[in-house]
Amino acid sequence: MSELITLTVDGVEIKAAPGTSILRAALANGIYIPHLCDHPDLTSVGICRVCLVEIEGRRPTVSCMTPVEEGMVVTTASEDLDQTRKVNLELLVLNHDYNCQSCDKNSKCQLQELTRYIGLDEERIKAMRKPMLDSPIDDSNPYYIRDMDKCVLCGICVRTCDEIQGDGCIDFAYRGIKTKIAVLGDKPIIDSTCVTCGECVARCPVGALVPRNAVEPTYEVETICPFCGCGCGMVVGARGNKIVSSRAVSGSPANNGSLCVKGRFGLSFVNHPDRLTKPLIRKEGELVEASWEEAISLIADKFGQYKGDQYATIASAKCTVEDNYVMQKFTRAVMETNNIDHCARL
Amino acid sequence: MYERHILICAGTGCISSGALEVKEALIEELDKHGLKDKVRIIMSGCHGFCEKGPIFIVYPEDVFYCGVQAEDVPEIVEEYLIKGNMVERLLYHDPVSGETHVSHDQIMFYHKQLRQALRNCGVIDPENIDEYIIRGGYIGLKKALQMEPMEVVNEVKTSGLRGRGGAGFPTGMKWQFANSSKGDKKYVVCNADEGDPGAFMDRSLLEGDPHAILEGMMISGRAIGADEGYIYVRSEYPLAIKRLRTAIRQAEEYGMLGENILGFDFNFKIKIKEGAGAFVCGEETALLASIEGQRGVPRHRPPFPAVEGLWSKPTCINNVETLANVPLILRRGAEKFATIGTEGSKGTKVFALTGKVNNTGLVEVPMGVTIREVVFDIGGGIRYGKKFKAAQIGGPSGGCIPDEHLDLPIDFDSLTAAGAMMGSGGLVVVDEDTCMVDMARYFLNFTRKESCGQCIPCRLGTTQMYEILEDITEGRGKPEDIKLLEELAWAIKKGSMCGLGQTAPNPVLTTLRYFRDEYEAHVYEKRCPALVCKALLQYRIDPEKCIGCRRCAKECPVDAISGEKKEPHVIDQEKCIKCGACFEACPKKVQAVEVLSEGLPELKETEACEGDCKCQS
Repeated sequence: MSELITLTVDGVEIKAAPGTSILRAALANGIYIPHLCDHPDLTSVGICRVCLVEIEGRRPTVSCMTPVEEGMVVTTASEDLDQTRKVNLELLVLNHDYNCQSCDKNSKCQLQELTRYIGLDEERIKAMRKPMLDSPIDDSNPYYIRDMDKCVLCGICVRTCDEIQGDGCIDFAYRGIKTKIAVLGDKPIIDSTCVTCGECVARCPVGALVPRNAVEPTYEVETICPFCGCGCGMVVGARGNKIVSSRAVSGSPANNGSLCVKGRFGLSFVNHPDRLTKPLIRKEGELVEASWEEAISLIADKFGQYKGDQYATIASAKCTVEDNYVMQKFTRAVMETNNIDHCARL
Repeated sequence: MYERHILICAGTGCISSGALEVKEALIEELDKHGLKDKVRIIMSGCHGFCEKGPIFIVYPEDVFYCGVQAEDVPEIVEEYLIKGNMVERLLYHDPVSGETHVSHDQIMFYHKQLRQALRNCGVIDPENIDEYIIRGGYIGLKKALQMEPMEVVNEVKTSGLRGRGGAGFPTGMKWQFANSSKGDKKYVVCNADEGDPGAFMDRSLLEGDPHAILEGMMISGRAIGADEGYIYVRSEYPLAIKRLRTAIRQAEEYGMLGENILGFDFNFKIKIKEGAGAFVCGEETALLASIEGQRGVPRHRPPFPAVEGLWSKPTCINNVETLANVPLILRRGAEKFATIGTEGSKGTKVFALTGKVNNTGLVEVPMGVTIREVVFDIGGGIRYGKKFKAAQIGGPSGGCIPDEHLDLPIDFDSLTAAGAMMGSGGLVVVDEDTCMVDMARYFLNFTRKESCGQCIPCRLGTTQMYEILEDITEGRGKPEDIKLLEELAWAIKKGSMCGLGQTAPNPVLTTLRYFRDEYEAHVYEKRCPALVCKALLQYRIDPEKCIGCRRCAKECPVDAISGEKKEPHVIDQEKCIKCGACFEACPKKVQAVEVLSEGLPELKETEACEGDCKCQS
């Protein structure tokens, strides 16, 4: 562990590891610098220009791209910085579909947070030319909606897809004012290589990427994803006894903040009316509800009638590693056969 | 033994105006008259005077024929080559003095120039390495190979050479950074992504003297310890690419490129990367991203390319013109180079002189000459005796310099202090008939379209500024617009990531600084003093002058003109689309149609509008 670096931000002396950006060092020490395109899980790019700071002896620069240096003296607010930031933000707000009331991200939106912190000059916004916002909403994906009129082009989704998921299905397209996030050939997202992991949706700072039919949970429970054997840590949100949301937990050992399409968007089966909650036994051609004791004794009876190659096991990916170990041990030792396979052969 | 050499310019400009046809005709004529073995034809690089092309020079007499077409060739051969009579009509006639000049040294356009970077352009056959070597080529490289890398760096530092691509960063310093960066692999990159509208100095150099660029790159490679170089050249420059490829092949054949160059322990290879047309790829980090196959967008600096460049290796990027100067510095010594120019800006600078001057073309002048000398001596003054209004220096990101600064010396620091910049060397001269608001709008339209779209101030701010300027030129300007333009301009300059955004507002800021009254006339009075902005013009017929000939009424495409024959006509302002057809149609002796911009009352009323809508459009 190398020595910590000491620097001064807004008159407060703080310490940070070498290589940390001024922005992250300040945030970690409770000093807020407005920012938009920076995300702790991703590499910094410095494109939103909101986190501009003044460093003694240098020209103003973005704090997310400037590593801390010993003795550095940083100022996060000044008349000059405020003016530059304000105009920057006003331009962004002007080019953003500002129907906050009907937006799923209302009150969780970073643009709102920035507006509250930096403020807007109403007179100037009034004098500016308003663009036509008429990008069609891309609702081709069954689990999330893309609204490019709300996009602030921070590029977090692009970096997420590239760095976290390793998919790279989206990127910046076109140039100048026409720049937007698009898939190859500017097609609907469903026609891309998107695997609907939802990592970008989880990180979008505004309402450009939102889950379909999002409902706010009243309480949350930390648990393990019920799907495959990976054992991803997750937080399930519920209203009453019904699951309405799920999100990943940063730092969980199996997945460290990531989820796949199933864990993130696939929990509706839990409360689905068609879901089997009790064992069924076929009696005279009809499936009839039975108790667990009855069902398990029936299986034990039937197992006793077969041995060796007459028998085979298909194990489930939903089971844990330990469960599946027991399953193969049972197949080999008790049933005396190597006929065991697994459903995860996809 | 040849009696004569004939140089025909084979730059892109002259080829477009028929140089290749002239060559074919000349071969045929010489053949016909049995002169094939006595006259040698050389297809040279650009002479800079493209406007007068194709250029045709006969040596040893140095007779400068211009505007030569294939059908003129028999006359030149018969009259001049055989009989010795000058073909007067094809000589250069000075538009100012009216004098006729025979040799190109007498022409004012060339007289005040000092062609150092362009030393071989228009002199040698760019597709023949021998001609380059005869002119002292590759001597600089040999000298550099005999020196230690740091000695080469110091030589360039002593010369005071500053980057010719725009920012004017000291070249020697850049080399020193790249030299001291640690790395098992380093690169040299030549930035030939010349994108400023109207600028073609890099293209002319690449087409006219490609070996100078290769030599400059190799010297740079020696200085920083690189063994590989890339030339990033626009694919819109096919002839430059072709000549570069030829030059690389010839240099390889001669052992000037490859392994153990000139017998020294130095290897170097050069590759060409063709750009796909994005202006922003002229920005060094965007250029590197483009070579790597990424989207051509700039990235944050530092780290600078000298530390972390192409494929994260230390990389030295220099502009074409900068590299063209390098062999000269090595060959003739840094001190000699430093004798030319000013204290802070050494050497010469090539400008693409265009606009409303009599002589347009590529000119190379020592640093420190005044704008007046370039515009009035070399450029021959303003066309049609009009009044000089401003010079836009530094391309779309530069600024305009008004007539009160005509005696401003052209060097990096003076131009920056005046609000303009050296840029890559575009120099557009405008006269009194140019509307400065409209010109600012034109340049903003260019930069906004070429913005990479990555950072907010540049992506959204330049378009916002453009739309305001468009409104102003179309009579929809609001009183608060001038202040708004200034606030936006400063926010974009301070907030943008790369040079494109940081300089994009310059045309607006300088026109606001020097021609604020024009903005005010547009915004407050709804008039365009230069009579350019169509929406603010009115066409009227003077009833005193009108002879009722009906010519204008016949030409009017929207039937806005009424009036009986031999009676004064009237233009219906509601119907008029201001196309100017009536102005053109009115007989020159009559001149009854007048163009005015006196402020439009119906537009003035829009000031009351809240401005939330675009109802006026």
